[in-house]
Amino acid sequence: MADDHYYDPGDLARFSDIGRNAPDLARKFFEWYNAVFADGALSAREKSLIALAVAHAVQCPYCIDAYSRDALEKGSDLDQMTEAVHVAAAIRGGATLVHGIQMRHHATSLGM
Amino acid sequence: MSRVLSLASRDAPLASTSAQRALLARLPLARDFDRAAAAAGAWPLIPSAVTTLQINVGKLCNQTCRHCHVDAGPDRREIMSRETMALCVRALASTGIPAVDITGGAPELNPDFRWLVTEATALGRHVMDRCNLTVLLTAGQADLPEFFARHHVEVVASLPHYRAANTDTQRGDGVYEKSIAALKRLNAVGYGDGRSGLRLVLVTNPVGAYLPPAQASLEADWKRELLRLHGITFDALYCITNMPISRYLEWLVESGHLEPYMERLVSAFNPATMAGLMCRTTLSVGWDGRLYDCDFNQMLDLEVDAGAPRHIRDFDPDRLAGRRIVVGRHCFGCTAGAGSGCGGSIK
Repeated sequence: MADDHYYDPGDLARFSDIGRNAPDLARKFFEWYNAVFADGALSAREKSLIALAVAHAVQCPYCIDAYSRDALEKGSDLDQMTEAVHVAAAIRGGATLVHGIQMRHHATSLGM
Repeated sequence: MSRVLSLASRDAPLASTSAQRALLARLPLARDFDRAAAAAGAWPLIPSAVTTLQINVGKLCNQTCRHCHVDAGPDRREIMSRETMALCVRALASTGIPAVDITGGAPELNPDFRWLVTEATALGRHVMDRCNLTVLLTAGQADLPEFFARHHVEVVASLPHYRAANTDTQRGDGVYEKSIAALKRLNAVGYGDGRSGLRLVLVTNPVGAYLPPAQASLEADWKRELLRLHGITFDALYCITNMPISRYLEWLVESGHLEPYMERLVSAFNPATMAGLMCRTTLSVGWDGRLYDCDFNQMLDLEVDAGAPRHIRDFDPDRLAGRRIVVGRHCFGCTAGAGSGCGGSIK
């Protein structure tokens, strides 16, 4: 167990260990997970870019490692991957800013 | 447009094929290819009927791509002579091998390339040309699209990505723009329109230390984007794994990716690819007439096994049919994931 840091890159390869104490739940999760990323109405490449963007939004280092490689292996280039991260950043930034309207409602209701 | 010189012209340590083989052999991998093949029930690996004679007409190329397993480039002078080509044609004429796959280097730069195409098509064989596209824009080659069309040559053209960045990173500055211009010329004579019978295939290799994309999934993306960006059409996309040979091997070493990349190839071994390996249906001829099980073995100087004829002048299909295919750790490149070969992914 890593005792001097929270994240260990080697843990990504041990992801399946999460099934040790709840194998049925893990099996359902991984089956569903794999099905989610298969070609469908969206291509596997497009889904990989969405995953990459979400990985940045939730700031998961495991997911960023995994989906940086996956996006390349699905045929995206670095320009496309960078634009996907900007989409995540725009939503995060916009989400912050749009809450400013809530702030303005409070402020104006408290004011004279 | 060349950004790197060939290993040979730099006198680099990995210009030696024995040094390449030794480097691969000493990596601490989980298992060797023969054991993986045996576990898949495919050992010894033996050929089935030869359906493709792959002729490498030389290492001369107008590009110096960073991933080239041939170590080709403008500085290389090893090219196939008309006499050796005639031996290939004689071998074809003595068999029913239906397809001829001409590769290089840039095969079109061999002064006898058009002679070979003409002779092979006169025998009624389907001819494929492995084209780097930019060669169509070099001096004296402007009429290549018309020549290809006249002989119904299938053009198998390299393009790492439908956008510029990855293409120029792998193949040299300005290559993307020239490749697009070349594709438009091929389209202009009917290639890739789906009706003319003039087949245009694009080939993509990863630009880095990772596996290629799923071919079927990506082809639709590529067709949509090349049409949208440039009005270009093509028939099929092949996704091919980079082989740890020559300049790609050197890049893997220098970038620190060699061991992880090889581990990934080994861990991604897919037994279902064994039946479709190209070495089982291909005979590869080197620029000097020597025979190999595939172009990758050729670049590692791994000739066909000692019991078989080793030069095209001694071509004997019956004796070749009884050979065992020579393998090495580089073979994991053809069995990883969906599998890979000169015809794209296997599964």
